[in-house]
Amino acid sequence: MASDLHGLAKSMIDALPHSRALGLKLVGIGDGTAEMTLPYDERLIGDPETGVIHGGAVSTLMDTCCGAAVMGHGAAALVATIDLRIDYMRSAAPRHAITARAECYHVTRSVAFARATAVDGQGSGLVATAVGAFNVEWA
Amino acid sequence: MPTRRPESFRFPGRGRDAVLNALADRIPYISFLGISFERHGDELTAVLAFDGKLIGNPRLPALHGGVTAAFLEVAAIIELSWTCYREDFEGTASRGESAGADAMPRLPKTIDFTVDYLRPGLPRDAYARARVNRSGRRYASVHVEAWQDSRSRLFAQATGHFLMAAPTDAPK
Repeated sequence: MASDLHGLAKSMIDALPHSRALGLKLVGIGDGTAEMTLPYDERLIGDPETGVIHGGAVSTLMDTCCGAAVMGHGAAALVATIDLRIDYMRSAAPRHAITARAECYHVTRSVAFARATAVDGQGSGLVATAVGAFNVEWA
Repeated sequence: MPTRRPESFRFPGRGRDAVLNALADRIPYISFLGISFERHGDELTAVLAFDGKLIGNPRLPALHGGVTAAFLEVAAIIELSWTCYREDFEGTASRGESAGADAMPRLPKTIDFTVDYLRPGLPRDAYARARVNRSGRRYASVHVEAWQDSRSRLFAQATGHFLMAAPTDAPK
């Protein structure tokens, strides 16, 4: 069952052209949680002096990972972001992948609430956190 | 109707565009998304040229929510950086001195960014305009709005807080 969900979610996320363009990878999904990675890519640099990835790419990682966590909660026909807030704690380390873990912590008939954290495996603490509300049509 | 003074009376327009282009061109992610900037006087409009790789849901199809967030954040950062640059250097430019490429605008760092998705982003060009509501020495608050077919029908808006970079030419 879990592997079916993983396969379904993975194929859905792989089918998103922009997720493919960024090279986003679904590492795990299930029970209202999801884990995704954003590989380091020079095309995504936001600060040419430091080589740090632009916050916008981190936003896409967080948005997609939160959406995947909602799918991990139950079969959804549609997941659309209503709002998303990202807090940036520190710059992500250049030349390292960023990993996000999201949790869908509450759902209603039409709205899912999710939050996520991102780390780069370097230095201490979080790179960013996110919280959002999602419009859901359950399948 | 007031007479329009030539822009070069105060600011050399070519200098402004050169600085703006240099600012946007040196950030790889801005080219990756296909964002450009149009300037009319001191008003900046960010333009996101539609491309298939910006699509999130291919069934609708609609722009990826992350692309919308990124577009708004880029528009906010460039507006803020460019506003600070003008405050820092255009006094110099107006005296006929060159505020050249060695005096590049500083890039602020995002503290937080909140995006409000009002309707799906359609598979066509999008536009954004940002407004700096607070610009202090330490942080700034910027609001940004994005639309496609009609300026009065926004498809997304956002508010962000940004840490100001230390002035490069701060007096010691």
